[in-house]
Amino acid sequence: MKERIQKIVRENAGLGAHFEEIDSSTDLYRAGMTSYASVVLMIALENEFGVEFPDAMLNRSVFESIDAIAEALESLQQVEQ
Amino acid sequence: MSPQPGAVAIERLTASEAFRRALEIATQNAEDVDRRARFPSEALDALRSAGALGWCVPQKYGGAGARVDELADATFELSRQCAATGMIFAMHQIQVACLVRHAAHSVWFENYLRRVVREQRLIASATSEVGVGGDVRRSIAALESVTDSSSDLIRFEKKASTISYGAHAEDLLTTVRRSPKADPGDQVMVLTHLSETEVKQTSQWDTLGMRGTCSPGFVVGATCPPDQVLPVPFATIAAETMVPFSHILWAHVWLGLSNEAFSRAQNFVRAQARQNPGTTPPTALRLSELSVRMAQFRALVQSATNEYLSLADGPGRSGLSTIGYAVRINNLKIAASEAAVETCQGALRICGFLGYGNAGPYSVGRHLRDAHSAALMIANDRLQATNAALLLVHREGR
Repeated sequence: MKERIQKIVRENAGLGAHFEEIDSSTDLYRAGMTSYASVVLMIALENEFGVEFPDAMLNRSVFESIDAIAEALESLQQVEQ
Repeated sequence: MSPQPGAVAIERLTASEAFRRALEIATQNAEDVDRRARFPSEALDALRSAGALGWCVPQKYGGAGARVDELADATFELSRQCAATGMIFAMHQIQVACLVRHAAHSVWFENYLRRVVREQRLIASATSEVGVGGDVRRSIAALESVTDSSSDLIRFEKKASTISYGAHAEDLLTTVRRSPKADPGDQVMVLTHLSETEVKQTSQWDTLGMRGTCSPGFVVGATCPPDQVLPVPFATIAAETMVPFSHILWAHVWLGLSNEAFSRAQNFVRAQARQNPGTTPPTALRLSELSVRMAQFRALVQSATNEYLSLADGPGRSGLSTIGYAVRINNLKIAASEAAVETCQGALRICGFLGYGNAGPYSVGRHLRDAHSAALMIANDRLQATNAALLLVHREGR
């Protein structure tokens, strides 16, 4: 799952060359992700994983890092199962 | 000034005699402040005497521990009399709230908050910057460490496009990038004393309205210990405190000035009715329409205030960082700023040329001019663009 998230972050978070410097725990906002880019990222994640983030999950901390995104997606997929 | 300006009874801050006195003084000076575009120093002195600059500080540091609704009441009352005074009061409380909610566990800021109460220090803010296109969530200026110093000091220099009451405050809260290498959005806030800050005014403040806020551009530069940097990223401070406090208190400024314009229109209609007893003047219908708009305006502002109160300090605090909340608090600002101009314009239609003047009991000229600033303070177009993006994912339907 993390590889799929990584790919989507690379394509959508607007980090450019900074992407090469991050690992799965790096704070994406501090790495330069704007709030607009985070919206683009959310939409891409919803498409890729076939989920919809409920409003309560649409906050900064959920999209803060690749780890945090993975955790959120896992909790969503558990609910669906 | 009374001997203990911070020692205020907590119940009904705005009912205190000292605050009532400040309202009277704001009323007496409002026209002169507007005409001469000068700082409302008499009203600010009176607010200091009422201890009002420390109201937002928790009681354990000597303040009144006022909640946002109490500060909003005071903002509303002041703005009915003089919107510039109300806006200065509001902005100061916004800065204090950022410190209280995000820095009070630091020793330096604990002591500083005590000083705010004791010395009734006025805090201005430098969040705008030349070159970022009005986006307060990006900075060019950055904190750097001072290399030629044995102690570990930091410094910054910032070209602020506007600093309200910058020449009249004691302290300044500035947004800057965390370090020279940090991205534009990786911001922190730093509090500096203006007596220790190099300040150069770069433009004049001769505007259509809100003339008493005295908000020209400045270049500011300061050197200070790192303790004076707020310990939390500006992104968190903005989401949880600065943006909601700003939009709620500003909305109360606009509601206050609109309320006064409405009262003047109502008095005008009554005076007309007295001239022809037994007939309802044609303007009465316009007043009735305007009261519908005022009711909507009040409800909008009150519900946003209540929502923030329900989230601000409890387990719902993380809800303030959601996209849904960002959309709603931006909606408040856009809707309230538009309502202010509409209601003042409605009052002007009713009062006619007596309303068009800048003086007299039916004048709403100042109110309308002040109201026009509302759409520009964090431009509504910028907020609409932000919400347009956020609504692509937000789906709660509120």
